[in-house]
Amino acid sequence: MSVKLSTEGLSVGYGRKPLIEDIAMRIGDGEIVTLIGPNGAGKSTILKTLTRHLQKIRGSVAIIGEDVSKMSDKKFAEKVSVVLTDRIKADRMTCEEVAAAGRYPYTDFFGRLTEKDRGIVEDSLKRVGVWEFKDRQFDSLSDGQRQRVMLARAICQQPQVLVLDEPTSFLDIKHKIELLDILRELAKEHGVSILLSLHEIDLAAKISDTVICVADDGIRKVGAPQEVFCGDTIKELYNIENGEYNLVFGSVELKAPQGKPSVFVLAGGGAGISVYRALQRRQIPFSTGILCENDIDYQVAKALAETVISIPAFEMPSEESLASAMEEIRRAGALYVAPQLRFGTCNAAMRKLIGDSALRGIAILEDPFAAKAQAESFESDAKTAAHFEKSDAKTAAPFEKNGGKVGTGEPAGGVMPALKSLQRAEDAEDESKIRTI
Amino acid sequence: MEKSYETKTEEKQAAEQETMQQDSPKRSRKKELFRFEICFLLLAAALFLMVILSIWIGSVAIPVGDVFKILFSDQMKGEAVYTIVWKSRMPRLCAAALLGGALGVSGFLIQTYFRNPIASPFVLGISSGAKMVLAFVTVIALRFWGGMGSVSMVAASFLGALVSMGFVLACAGKVKNMSLLLVIGIMIGYICSAVTDFIITFAEDAEIAHLTTWSMGSFSGKDWNDVLVIAIVVAIGFAGCIALIKPISAFRLGEGYAQSMGLNVKLFRVLIILLSSLLSACVVAFAGPISFVGIAVPHLCKVMFSSSKPSVILPGSFLLGAVFCMFCDLIARTAFAPTEMAISTVTAVFGAPVVIGMLLRGRKNRT
Repeated sequence: MSVKLSTEGLSVGYGRKPLIEDIAMRIGDGEIVTLIGPNGAGKSTILKTLTRHLQKIRGSVAIIGEDVSKMSDKKFAEKVSVVLTDRIKADRMTCEEVAAAGRYPYTDFFGRLTEKDRGIVEDSLKRVGVWEFKDRQFDSLSDGQRQRVMLARAICQQPQVLVLDEPTSFLDIKHKIELLDILRELAKEHGVSILLSLHEIDLAAKISDTVICVADDGIRKVGAPQEVFCGDTIKELYNIENGEYNLVFGSVELKAPQGKPSVFVLAGGGAGISVYRALQRRQIPFSTGILCENDIDYQVAKALAETVISIPAFEMPSEESLASAMEEIRRAGALYVAPQLRFGTCNAAMRKLIGDSALRGIAILEDPFAAKAQAESFESDAKTAAHFEKSDAKTAAPFEKNGGKVGTGEPAGGVMPALKSLQRAEDAEDESKIRTI
Repeated sequence: MEKSYETKTEEKQAAEQETMQQDSPKRSRKKELFRFEICFLLLAAALFLMVILSIWIGSVAIPVGDVFKILFSDQMKGEAVYTIVWKSRMPRLCAAALLGGALGVSGFLIQTYFRNPIASPFVLGISSGAKMVLAFVTVIALRFWGGMGSVSMVAASFLGALVSMGFVLACAGKVKNMSLLLVIGIMIGYICSAVTDFIITFAEDAEIAHLTTWSMGSFSGKDWNDVLVIAIVVAIGFAGCIALIKPISAFRLGEGYAQSMGLNVKLFRVLIILLSSLLSACVVAFAGPISFVGIAVPHLCKVMFSSSKPSVILPGSFLLGAVFCMFCDLIARTAFAPTEMAISTVTAVFGAPVVIGMLLRGRKNRT
């Protein structure tokens, strides 16, 4: 793979003060390189310097081995084209005209388009799927369509390197996906090297061959997505203090509830995720278990639960883990069985926890938020309470019958739901037996 | 005038949408060309009509038949009306046409530069700057040399235009907000007008008479020598603009994109400033500051052609500016004859509504 764009000891910044120093990057044929990092770290500054919109402070930039500072404007334009963040106002220009503007470096003194130019414009518009809008006024299009036209314009310039500064900013999810698909296609089929900045780290992980993390203090990490998206890189890069970024799902978990757990959620196999998130929304601290480390519940539980009782992947719950789970349930003082939880060969032992809890007089909740009701008696903030009550009806709906019934701390109140839970567990077992038969 | 064109635009768009599916690219291009041709034909016809009207109507009545005889043959040579037409009405007419065209083009350049439909040489104080320096130089010249030639008048007002434009640009470096910049331009215009008034206050009677009529703006009293100078300056300016068609076209997408397509933005800006200053300076030197033409004409022209392609809007603005100024001049000298109105009085009456309409329309589009 030959190197299309390379920088050597490049320092960038506004004026004379360097913002990021000593950048060395190499982008090969058909490679997609993504800059990620917090706002204001300098992603745009780097891109603008590479596109010559900003004066570089030190170092050199080369395209296919040729020093950029020695290139004429026209020659540079034949090699590099851009899609900028600016929302442009194109007064009375049709989409075709906007795209055709990309032929600028190739047209004659008066900018007349030849048949060949028109063919290229047509191809580009078709490639991004806006050919049917070609006679429409650019200003009358939606953001997604405009961004595509701007991309078509950049393609018309027939560049070696395509630079896009946050191209997905104004787009909805569908248009984001489609735009990135087009970029992927350009890179793979035409060998165009693509350098872009993205805010959506999950998309960055999926589209990029190489990811460059730009932090406030310089370039933090460079590498393939799997190298960059590991450990706490993202959390550190964006300086996330509250909340978690989940690398496996590429999704974000908000700030975990703080404090001593007031309910233990018996979960596994995905049954827990929606319960965890519902508890998080109400800021009810909880613990959960017993989860295998390859369970999808485990990914979310790690981010949100106060304590997770876990066992290694593909293992059955051991005596110790059951004991520590029981200990944890006692600490929380209440147990909630995730409604979609199924019991099978591997986790049958967990059923014992329900019975044990009932015997020990621990409340078994029908409604996970009941725990909050207990906790709330300590809270004086009536406003938040009112707020929770209001939203109760909505959020509680997905769980069980939304019975406002509260299993209080008393054993008498706790036994009935406990029996129900047991019953449910047995039903589930029967069902699975029937299926296996 | 504007309304009829707009309805046409809508009809055309509706027709286009109907046939969009089976429309081949060539056909839609042909349609566009057809529209351009029609517009240019209309403008040419309007220009011709204005020439005839301007010669026909006036304090001395000339029969319509005679207008053609005078224009296209030598039959009436030696008669008084012949002299009136060729010595007075014709040069005035040519001056109005050329300067009107220059204003239209200059307005288009400034609007391109600032990417704002309200920017024009008059609004940004460029005309006022030219007026100030010209007033100053005129007073001095009248005192010491008893008058000045038309070339030096153009030079003086060009200098003034550059001075005030320089101020506006110096501020533009610091202020990125275009509306603020417009306000600054207006303020500079006020300062220049104040200085001009100051000069007039301390000028002598003869000079005052000269300056006052001139500063109100008028196409009267132009002879063929003036027309020649105007023609040369305007031709230079217009040729320069034609040479800039390609960069102007690219600049429509904004500075960032223009630069990424290989345009030397700095050089381009300097050229635009020089050309528009030259053109508006020429207008100020010969006719005084004329308002609203610079704003209204390029806008009307874009509506009419339903395009912003500089290759059609530049000549279109020139023609439309010429027609517009001839029309206004005709009204200025005939409406209350024998009293002649200042040309800006008339251009404001016809130009201001266009500007208001434009602002309202712009607001509607934004929401």
